[in-house]
Amino acid sequence: MSPFKLSWKNLWSKPLNAILNILLITFGTCILTVLLLASTQIEQKLENNSKDIDLVVGAKGSPLQLILSSIYYIDFPTGNIPLKEANELARNPFVKRAVPLALGDNYNGVRIVGTDTNYIGLYNLKIKEGKFWQEDMDATIGTTVAKEQNLKVGDTFYGGHGLTGMSDQHKEHAYKVVGILTPQRNVTDNLILTNVASIWHMHDDGEAHAHEGHNHADFKSEQETEGKEITSLLIQYRSPMSVVMFPRMVNQMASLQSASPAMESTRLFSLIGVGVDTLQWFAVLIMLVAGVSVFVNLYNSLKERTYDLAVMRTLGASRLKLFIIIILEGLILTVIGSLIGLAVGHGILQIIGSYQESSQARLTGLIFLSQEIYLLLIGLGIGIFAAIIPAIQAYRSNISKILAKN
Amino acid sequence: MIEIKDIRHQYNNNHEIVFKDWQIENNQQWLLLGESGSGKTTLLHILTGILKPTQGSVKINNTEIYQLSPKALDQFRGQHVGIVFQKPHLLKSLSITENLQLTQSLAGLEVNTNRIDEVLDSLNILSKKNSKPDQLSQGQLQRASIARAVLNKPTLLIADEPTSSLDDKNAQAVLNLLLEQSQLNHTTLVIATHDQRIKEAFTNTYSLL
Repeated sequence: MSPFKLSWKNLWSKPLNAILNILLITFGTCILTVLLLASTQIEQKLENNSKDIDLVVGAKGSPLQLILSSIYYIDFPTGNIPLKEANELARNPFVKRAVPLALGDNYNGVRIVGTDTNYIGLYNLKIKEGKFWQEDMDATIGTTVAKEQNLKVGDTFYGGHGLTGMSDQHKEHAYKVVGILTPQRNVTDNLILTNVASIWHMHDDGEAHAHEGHNHADFKSEQETEGKEITSLLIQYRSPMSVVMFPRMVNQMASLQSASPAMESTRLFSLIGVGVDTLQWFAVLIMLVAGVSVFVNLYNSLKERTYDLAVMRTLGASRLKLFIIIILEGLILTVIGSLIGLAVGHGILQIIGSYQESSQARLTGLIFLSQEIYLLLIGLGIGIFAAIIPAIQAYRSNISKILAKN
Repeated sequence: MIEIKDIRHQYNNNHEIVFKDWQIENNQQWLLLGESGSGKTTLLHILTGILKPTQGSVKINNTEIYQLSPKALDQFRGQHVGIVFQKPHLLKSLSITENLQLTQSLAGLEVNTNRIDEVLDSLNILSKKNSKPDQLSQGQLQRASIARAVLNKPTLLIADEPTSSLDDKNAQAVLNLLLEQSQLNHTTLVIATHDQRIKEAFTNTYSLL
């Protein structure tokens, strides 16, 4: 009969104690798993979406808000900037690539983004079906949009004013779906892309008619840009030198501000981080309590079993064998707890993900990280830590004394 | 053959006990008589290899047991010495059969279920083989603990006060069981007791003063 079987049988001779200990470990590991998975995914999403964007230029306001609205499409834009000034910045020698964004409309909560072909290069977009937008009112949609809004190439739809509701529809112009993107695994999966002129059509109807026939909202001649506005400009630098010079230049212009995605993402994450830290300490505390509970359980059961263990020694069990049996009992409890905790953690995150409304930041429990091994190792460590004192006591026990006491 | 020679044992409080030399031939049945406090338990522990005496030698089947390494001594004890304790002390989490399987494997022997059934049958508790200890009566538990002690056909079967807490009838029954089992398994029997009721059954007596 193996030591493992003995430990196992002995633990389950007191099922309530065993379950309590396993539950505590499960709870702690579960919280840690959820935190680990969620924070890794959020961090990854933040990074993926701002990967190649060095700077965002927009209207004065909160830099974080500018980043959130122009890169993650979560918050409201800070306002608009004159197209003329945007064009000047785009032509600046520090700038390798400048992508204009015109926001402000939605379709059933999906944001409609007016931009130009540079956007395709910036996010490395590929077409799954159809083609990229060319004419005014052409729309190329992300893969998630196509699935969730049930849109196919050739369908038409009306944009709604604002970023969420559809109460105020632009009935005069219908968008036509001309293409669907391949899955990008970033924010563009959840966007409807069109040209900037389409957005302008929606908003200043009188003027827009004058421009009908012009294909691109790209930066054309001076008189065309007069009075036009866009929401923001995504900038890619030409050289590292730009990091120092360019933001300062932008911020000196009266109506503009610049924000660095890297910096703001870090700031944002450090804000979330406080909550994550708190939860993490909470989980660590639970693990600690679990460790103490396993210890108390083993210690008490050892006291009840001193005679049994002494009898086992007379039957031929060595000191080492008793030591191993006790350690195994600690390990069985914590390893089972850790494994269940990991599984439940993944499950919970998957459930949270399925209830999340914004598909932009949807979390999933179906990814596995190498760091989870550490959670298992922590469980192992707690098991050994909790069992080591009882195990040493069993190892050292003087069987002659114990048997004589009877 | 079991032989003890020049045994002295000194406890921490400097109380020293000296034991007479003792030679036990194979298959003999002995009574170890002595009042409580006379060193009876100490001698039993020395004899079974769980208490190393301050001085002297213990030989079981020509093996000087206190010259063995601690681990080898544990193994030797498992194979050559069977002990019946005053209380049964079977592991509560295991069934009777599992308790006996453990007895075989802890001694370093193969698990042999035929042998287990044979011993349980000879003690009339075969029907309880899959029960847990707490489902057995006191008498059945005592039988099970005897089964555990003789299972590995030890050279030496030792019983420590097996009858002291029993009434006359049960004391006689247990005594008979022990005698019967020691014969059946070709085992030398030593019963340590201060119980005068069972004196007559033995011709060989080792008395502690």
